[in-house]
Amino acid sequence: MISYNWPKYGESSVIGKEHDRIDGLDKATGAAKYTYDINLEGMLFAKMLGSPHAHCRIKSIDTAAAEKMPGVRAVKTLKEPGNEIRWQGDALAVVAADTEAAAAAALEKIKVEYEMLDVFVDDQDLEAAEEAKRTNGAGEDIHVEMEPDPDVDEDEFNVMELERQFKEAAAVVEGHYGISVITHMCLEPHGSTCVWDGDKLIAYLSTQNVSGTAAQFATPLSITAGDVTVKCDFIGGGFGSKFAADAWGVTCAQLAKETGRPVKLMLDRDQELKVAGCRPSGFIKVRIGADKDGLVTCWDSTHWGTGGPKDNGGVNKGTIPYVMVPKNYRRKQIAVMTNTGEDRAWRAPNHPQACAMSQTALDDIAAKLGLDSYEVFLKNLDNATPKKLGQSMAETYREQMKIAAKLMDWQSKWHPHGKGQAKGDVVTGLGMALHTWGGGAANSNCLVKVHPDGAVEAYLGSQDLGTGTRTVIASVIAETFGLPLSAVKVNIGSSAYPVSNPSGGSITVGSVSESSRRASQEALEGIFDKVGKKLGVEVSSLEARDGRIRVKDDKDNSLSWQEACRLLGMNPLEVTGKYEPGKTKTTLSSSQVGGVQMAEVAVDRRTGVVKMKKFVAVQDMGLVINPKTAKSQMYGAVIMGIAYSLFEERIMDRKTGAFVNAELADYKLPRLGDIGEIIVEIYQPESEYERGVVGLGEPPVISPGAAISNAVCNALGVRVPVLPLTPKRVLDALKGGKA
Amino acid sequence: MKAFDYAAPTCEADVLELLSGEPGETEILAGGTDLVPLMKKMLATPDRVVNIMEVSSLRGVSADSQGVTIGATTTLDDLLAAPELDDYPAIKQAIEGISSMQLQAQGTIGGELCQRPRCWYFRNGYGLLADRGRLVAEGDSRYHAIFGNEGPAKFVHASRLAPALVALGAKLRIVGPTEDDEVALSIEEFFRTPRHESQREHVLSANQLLTHIILPPASGVANATYEVRHGEGPDYPLAAAAAAVRIDGGLVTGANIVLGHVAPTPWIALRAAESIFGWPINEQTARAAGEAAVADATPLKDNGYKVQLAAVAVERALLRAAGFETGGFE
Amino acid sequence: MQDHEHPQRPDSGFSRRAFLRGSGAAAAATALATGPGLADAAQNQNAQKTAVVSGKGTQQIKLTVNGKSHQVEVETRSTLLDVLRYQLDLTGAKPVSIDETSGACTVIVDGKPVSANTLLAVACVGKRIQTVESLGGERPDAVATAFVHNDAMQCGFCTPGFVVAVRAFLDKNPRATEAEIRKGLNGNICRCGTYANVIEAALEVVKGGKK
Repeated sequence: MISYNWPKYGESSVIGKEHDRIDGLDKATGAAKYTYDINLEGMLFAKMLGSPHAHCRIKSIDTAAAEKMPGVRAVKTLKEPGNEIRWQGDALAVVAADTEAAAAAALEKIKVEYEMLDVFVDDQDLEAAEEAKRTNGAGEDIHVEMEPDPDVDEDEFNVMELERQFKEAAAVVEGHYGISVITHMCLEPHGSTCVWDGDKLIAYLSTQNVSGTAAQFATPLSITAGDVTVKCDFIGGGFGSKFAADAWGVTCAQLAKETGRPVKLMLDRDQELKVAGCRPSGFIKVRIGADKDGLVTCWDSTHWGTGGPKDNGGVNKGTIPYVMVPKNYRRKQIAVMTNTGEDRAWRAPNHPQACAMSQTALDDIAAKLGLDSYEVFLKNLDNATPKKLGQSMAETYREQMKIAAKLMDWQSKWHPHGKGQAKGDVVTGLGMALHTWGGGAANSNCLVKVHPDGAVEAYLGSQDLGTGTRTVIASVIAETFGLPLSAVKVNIGSSAYPVSNPSGGSITVGSVSESSRRASQEALEGIFDKVGKKLGVEVSSLEARDGRIRVKDDKDNSLSWQEACRLLGMNPLEVTGKYEPGKTKTTLSSSQVGGVQMAEVAVDRRTGVVKMKKFVAVQDMGLVINPKTAKSQMYGAVIMGIAYSLFEERIMDRKTGAFVNAELADYKLPRLGDIGEIIVEIYQPESEYERGVVGLGEPPVISPGAAISNAVCNALGVRVPVLPLTPKRVLDALKGGKA
Repeated sequence: MKAFDYAAPTCEADVLELLSGEPGETEILAGGTDLVPLMKKMLATPDRVVNIMEVSSLRGVSADSQGVTIGATTTLDDLLAAPELDDYPAIKQAIEGISSMQLQAQGTIGGELCQRPRCWYFRNGYGLLADRGRLVAEGDSRYHAIFGNEGPAKFVHASRLAPALVALGAKLRIVGPTEDDEVALSIEEFFRTPRHESQREHVLSANQLLTHIILPPASGVANATYEVRHGEGPDYPLAAAAAAVRIDGGLVTGANIVLGHVAPTPWIALRAAESIFGWPINEQTARAAGEAAVADATPLKDNGYKVQLAAVAVERALLRAAGFETGGFE
Repeated sequence: MQDHEHPQRPDSGFSRRAFLRGSGAAAAATALATGPGLADAAQNQNAQKTAVVSGKGTQQIKLTVNGKSHQVEVETRSTLLDVLRYQLDLTGAKPVSIDETSGACTVIVDGKPVSANTLLAVACVGKRIQTVESLGGERPDAVATAFVHNDAMQCGFCTPGFVVAVRAFLDKNPRATEAEIRKGLNGNICRCGTYANVIEAALEVVKGGKK
């Protein structure tokens, strides 16, 4: 029985070292082929027609004129008369033509008659939503520390006890906070290129889920999943929105079948933003009470938001209040049902909103008590609920806060809220927030092949969302075999390869590390067997290091990797490593991380423009495979956080239900000059290394909203309640108006 | 994109020959940064596109004692590099505000002046004067006009160079089908508020061509542009102002102050100019000019904040023109 | 700050001394005289004739891409990006937005960084077109390798456009400072958030290679 483990702390030769990503040059020089880049002989281009109206019923669709347009090869309707459309952009019909332009021109000729229905898109105004009957209670609960006497009604007691806590609190803040809907804005839009080989489908799909999408094509096409191969060598962003084949993927396959030619169907930018998912909004009214030191003792909140037309959308109440949960709290969640595109998982679902709705209120307690926000956050770690390996993470947060404060120079920069020195019209401020995430490994299988000539190959039905998946796998296998990174050829991006996890929930690095470590360790045992016999030593005395298989205590007694592999004979050695969470016992990976972030901003009080000065992110992630790509993920998450804190939001027209800023020119995102100085710090004491790999993709994107909002509040002495903190919202807040 | 005929003439006369008299039938292509996206969205559906980038007489910057002449297809990066424009910081600052190297390299000054509005109702196909202005008034007007918005037009003019060029007293050479049609038009008369959908935001007829921008000499005229920008990149400012001021003996003896992105045309802030006249430029007088500039603003439902932005832009443009710090980030 | 002394308005007739009169909307009402129509102009015998390319069907044109001349078949409405991607299979330039906003399709035309998706292919005849593919191959450009060293990429979809933009920027500003880099490279969007690494990559090239 092999003991699957990592090298001892400090003894690794590949993992834990900074490596360039192995597919980096392909990405940098345009050689990497994304789904959008797959060009096949005789390929047609398909375009979808979306509903211009947000809420309507289809009366008729007439495609006759479109079919007669030059270059048009097929037209297909996706909706029938009588169908209800519940958001703008929902697909009605699709055209396949010789060129994109011809397909687009033909869409203009499709005639659709609509019966208009009432439109509601305003997710922020709860009263208006209630009046329009567009709300649904999505849950409410109350918890108090004290237990009632046996003869007292528990519900009544809880309410009275909560009120008693508020009366006893040294400070009570009533606040309103919020965070708008944003989109994924994957730079490569959703879509696929589909081609049939007889009855077998090859779908080049832009997907986070190479192993899981074949069946989604098969069922509607009445074939088996075995007849479908999904391929995705490179994906241009997903962020949680690309797990499915989607109607447009299946339609693309159908058009390819119908025309007998390969068909490419990529969504237009505005279409993608309207129909391919978004992050739900969150707005909250909260009453929060604390003792004189700022320790929160009671919390009472109602929050609402929208995830589209569904009646349970918005932020899960289980995440509120976030991370630091006082002993007494009540929380109520209301879903606002709007005529807007349905939500999809967005990098760390629920958490960024929950953090932005909770830790802003906590910071307002600090402001009310005139305390240093750092001290109030520190105090409230007594209420921290996250645990790793069964232990409270409060200590991790404390350590991370110390590191972050030092990197930010918090102590010397801090000033009480609104009391900083202005330079001209510009004031500066500090804010912080902290977060948690799971990130445990999921199912993954890795096939490792070691050839008699020493060549090493790995096969996984995984994908590279930008994490550097190939490099992670190569690092793990190279570490095991004592080889350089370049000796391992990694094959991912096909459903024909062994099943691996979808890339969501920050699970990829943990999952593929598990399976590739297991596969390579097992393969190495096989090689050790042969080498042991050849050298006449015990297998347990061997190690793989520096390109050689050698005897640990007698390092000159060794074979080169190639010599060792030659002992395999004619055939390559093939091993599949398997990891199933819950079933496989492991020390290679674990779950749960913390993370502390601090922001320093400058605000022009007269224009409301906020600029990032400095941002510090400290993050634990267990054992780090490649610090270089890990840090990139942290930078990226912080920048995405700056995006939703200061720039981006979905803007809906109330009357028409149109998503009016659905082009990149109107959907504001930060640029290179907007990010200020960013410092990312991996928190990895030996204890972190020892607990194995934990995923990282999501956690650092959680805290920026609250941290930046708190920093702006610290600068101005006024809370700008709703993210993103646009000049309009800042000025409106300074005027005491509605933000 | 609708299919269109295409021509790339090499002289003005040939351009004019190819332009139709009917609005929308022909479109003039310069850098293409606005027209091509408009055609992709079917917001421009010409039968013929006339590319004027091959007309060499339309390109370049030249200076003489009468001032500076700029060809309409001169790209923004070439203007930024032109020493002839060193006396016109208001123009260079406006170009620097378009912080996209690509847009500066490809966009032309003529195209910059003639680009269509960014109003999201227009860009989403609802029309420029959507529902006679009600769509904007009742919809989301956060980026719309705070001046000149009484009629159906509530968009803001998109040009970022126009405020500077108006403040600097530029003239435009415009040619038409016959030699008699050639005019030198004061730039403030070039822009207009359209009254119906088929009108553009300028007075050019479909068969006329803007060929050159002519700037009077600016020696002794302090000038600057200040844009309030949400962030970096090619995104348009929330409000902007250009100031051109003559200062004698420390006192303002003439001033042009022009606001951008606050009205369907560049907006001349006469009361701001009056307010600063006869005074030295300092924090107090600049602020007073800013307040005067917006005294009669008529904000819509969502854009009250732009009134303050416009005032601050005027104040800071004046301070910058006079060589003072603005008090903001730059 | 608020209660400063309001400067008195001069009592002289100022408006006459202002350079301009009236306010935008009111002043700009003058319509230009319109001349005779196209038909009349066409009869002008001195007018030179310019070939008009029909919008129907396709045309053969020659484009010079990465130093090689290519015969391609285009419609008048084909963008340069369409032709690069679908006729020459040069897919490094990416379609991300309908306009200039993303920078993902940045190519260098006659030495300048421009967006291939807003250029008509027919307008690019006779121009030198350079794509990201010219920065790769056996001996990749220093900018491309600096992007790799500094991990200035995640999903990588924006990366080729960014590499071309940095190349063009540094060609013009070979000694760029960090401040100039932060000011000069705002034409490209990255959604994964690689900007911090792009800054490092550009600085590495300025400093002459790998740190």
